Amino acid sequence: MGHSLKRKEDARFIQGKGRYVDDVKLPGMLYMDIVRSPYAYAKIKNINIDEAMKVPGVVAVVTGRDLEKYNLHWMPTLMSDTQMVLPTDTVMYQAQEVAAVIATSKYAARDGREAVRVEYEPMKPVIDPFKSLDPDAPVLRTDKEGKKDNHIWNWKVGDKEKTDDVFSKAEVVVKEQMHIPRIHVASIETCGCVADYDKVNNHLTMYMTTQAPHAIRTVIALVAGHVGLTEEKIRVISPDIGGGFGGKVPVYPGYVIAIAVSFLVGKPVKWIEDRSENLQADSFARDYHITAEMAGTKDGKILGTRFKILADHGYTDASANPSKFPTGMFSIATGSYDYDATYMECDAVYTNKPPGGVAYRCSFRVTEAVHAIERITDRFALEIGKDPAELRLQNFIKKEDFPWKSPTGWIYDSGDYHKGLLKAMDAVDYHQLRAEQAEKRKRGELMGIGLSTFTEVVGAGPSKDFDILGIKMFDSAEIRVHPTGKAIARFGTKSQGQGHETTYAQIIAEELGIPAENIAIEEGDTDTAPYGLGTYASRSTPTAGAAAAVAARKLRDKARKIAAYLLEVSEDDLEWEPGKFFVKGAPEKSKTIQEIVFASYTNHPPGMEAGFEATHYYDPPNLTFPSGAYICVVDIDKETGAIHVRRFVAIDDCGNIINPMIVQGQVHGGLTQGIAPAMYEELIYDEAGNILNGTFMDYLVPTAVESPKWETGHTVTPSPHHPIGAKGVGESPTVGAPPAIANAIVDALSPYGITHLDIPITPFKVWKALKEKGAI
Amino acid sequence: MLKEISITVNGQQHTLEVEPRLLLVHMIRELLNLTGTHIGCDTSSCGACTILLDGKSIKSCTVLAVQANGKSITTIEGVAQDGQLSPLQEGFKENHGLHCGFCTPGMILRATELLANNPNPTEEEIRWGIAGNLCRCTGYNNIVKAIQYAGAKIRGEELPSTEPEFV
Ligand code: FES
Ligand code: FES
Repeated sequence: MGHSLKRKEDARFIQGKGRYVDDVKLPGMLYMDIVRSPYAYAKIKNINIDEAMKVPGVVAVVTGRDLEKYNLHWMPTLMSDTQMVLPTDTVMYQAQEVAAVIATSKYAARDGREAVRVEYEPMKPVIDPFKSLDPDAPVLRTDKEGKKDNHIWNWKVGDKEKTDDVFSKAEVVVKEQMHIPRIHVASIETCGCVADYDKVNNHLTMYMTTQAPHAIRTVIALVAGHVGLTEEKIRVISPDIGGGFGGKVPVYPGYVIAIAVSFLVGKPVKWIEDRSENLQADSFARDYHITAEMAGTKDGKILGTRFKILADHGYTDASANPSKFPTGMFSIATGSYDYDATYMECDAVYTNKPPGGVAYRCSFRVTEAVHAIERITDRFALEIGKDPAELRLQNFIKKEDFPWKSPTGWIYDSGDYHKGLLKAMDAVDYHQLRAEQAEKRKRGELMGIGLSTFTEVVGAGPSKDFDILGIKMFDSAEIRVHPTGKAIARFGTKSQGQGHETTYAQIIAEELGIPAENIAIEEGDTDTAPYGLGTYASRSTPTAGAAAAVAARKLRDKARKIAAYLLEVSEDDLEWEPGKFFVKGAPEKSKTIQEIVFASYTNHPPGMEAGFEATHYYDPPNLTFPSGAYICVVDIDKETGAIHVRRFVAIDDCGNIINPMIVQGQVHGGLTQGIAPAMYEELIYDEAGNILNGTFMDYLVPTAVESPKWETGHTVTPSPHHPIGAKGVGESPTVGAPPAIANAIVDALSPYGITHLDIPITPFKVWKALKEKGAI
Repeated sequence: MLKEISITVNGQQHTLEVEPRLLLVHMIRELLNLTGTHIGCDTSSCGACTILLDGKSIKSCTVLAVQANGKSITTIEGVAQDGQLSPLQEGFKENHGLHCGFCTPGMILRATELLANNPNPTEEEIRWGIAGNLCRCTGYNNIVKAIQYAGAKIRGEELPSTEPEFV
């Protein structure tokens, strides 16, 4: 623990020996390409496949009508909504799958796709979520019996009466309207699969880009069980994954079509989407319109918050949230501050856009919540003329008040917010920066300092509250130690770059004393790994990491019994030090873990089960609550609005750290995915529902030039309920960075009366705001 | 109509029959089964497909196989020599310059040419030098470090620390 062990997985990746899904090549494999809708909302009048079938190499064209015969044209989403696999009569968003072309080569499939003729009758789409509830808005989900509007659900939490009362009496109330843009994870590897159905054995092997292989196996069984594909006949293999960030949690129509076709033709079928399809059709993140309000006293005490949200979910609610939480964990929006009045309400609506509500390195709406609270906190500080750092220090929940019950009911496990912020302030020399800013302001120069002191909520989750489609959100580890003392451990999670092969080995090494290099880690094969819910929402360390520690401790208990037997002493006389048991007071009498393991196969105590294996399904008692204090410094060119991020310091607290190098790497990557929506990324639709930037030419993923040189550090407040005190970190920086950047930019512009700008904050937005305020 | 081309790949001569429209990246991946060269986009934007063509880094999704006729290419599989990692491969591994590894082959080949032209680049030159290659995982800090490390190694200088500055 705490050691920056170099990653075990790297050797294959740096030599081109990773095995990603597109590298899977099977004998007789067919290739699939997908015809997509040019319209956001249209009736399908006719699909003519004649020309396509004449293209050399094309073997089949599949439409919704074909799937309908097997009742495979609709499927459930992870939020218990429904989604078309292929449409039978109506398309609901631009780039929606309309038909699939199957051919003997990639190129033939593409030729076939170009030759399919589809006749549409376009209809007027609903694009603006604020208009979707208008009485004259067309009802989009006519497939749902009795549905009379585009409303999906209403969610509320908190004490309305009390909060309204606090607001009506407060000395200061501030309010801002914010939009958290629609964005896309854009992992550099797109999504895809090879579906390999073996007719003789009635067995499906599904190689696919999934972060949650077991859950997918169950979903496939639920969707296709009625045609004979029951769960024991399905093997999901998730090979190396080229980045996931939540975008590889959902089941996309392409997967299901590939399975259906392989099932029908009895040959393996490969489907790999291209980048534009990935950006235009896969599920999206965010798209929350938030009205945030804060009430407080003139001297800076926060008294209450109110949040009203409109969530645009596209044409189906495809969130990967735990069942009980339609807005995920948005209720963390009360933040890191000590007050007790809050009320939050969210309405979700359908529009003619692709399925919404999945992830972008945070799926459970924590990013939206943190943006709202951190922005409105700064707005409050601005209103009363108080330094935002001082205001935060004044309002933080105190270290000694943990575990702390939030007004929305979460029990924050631990934290030391003051320490984190003071460390960050020290790192940037905060007071010096404020002095510099004051000087620059006198000269009319624009410099801003932005803070974000966030509380994250991860590690879903305790089974009493957390499930997806009814399956509880535990996770699992199975450890087998071979006679020679080397081990293999298998997990229900799935790394997409997080370095599980290294960190899990380190956890087991720490608990059992077997060197990490002698512990092989395997994930992503449902035939061999124990059941688990997968890797997303920063849950792997909190759940599977805990499972590994507990399973290893079970083995240590067994080891103690064997050691006692071998040394002929009682168990109580033994003491453990990593790697061996020795007799108290006689350290020369000892047995190493390797000797003990060997004995478990060759000379185990009478009455004891032979072998050295343990499995654990870990059901966390609570969530974990990582936190962070981020400070961003920007310089803005007044004439052009160009924003230069001069410094960005991130101090994270993710509890005990297994591998600092990997944690730091996660923070770097997350920060770049934080600056991305803060300054560059947003998927834009026009009124007709055309996506205006659905390729990598115009959807601006930051390069090494846009990405600042991140400065990172940490504090350690262990989680009291996690077996090794770890909390999880992958999402924290993506959650914490955008408000720090937005706050810095608004801080720079605030002398001109600018109090808020929606992300992504582009030079044009800055310039326009300055122009409107007469500053230039 | 197929066209015959002859091409040297990682030092080995190949003669292939290809469709004139076949992209070089598909030739590499599908015909030669060298799957270390990746595809991350359809607009020449991501650099996951970067290889060396006669020593110059190019995006192999943007070149036709027939254009490489008579030329020599290096893919990630040909970077290590006699089982010895190249300075860049070592740099990426030692400095945690990769997470999922999908961008890594392209990054390494792009940086190979960068260092060949400029063995002692500044941080800014490195950042601009790899601006045609996207990485969604690492935030680039450690990729920059990996390239600096490789530069030092090539120049025969003392190697910079690979410990994370994470205090
Ligand atoms: S695949 Fe993206 S640039 Fe070649
Ligand atoms: S390491 Fe995943 S894209 Fe670079």
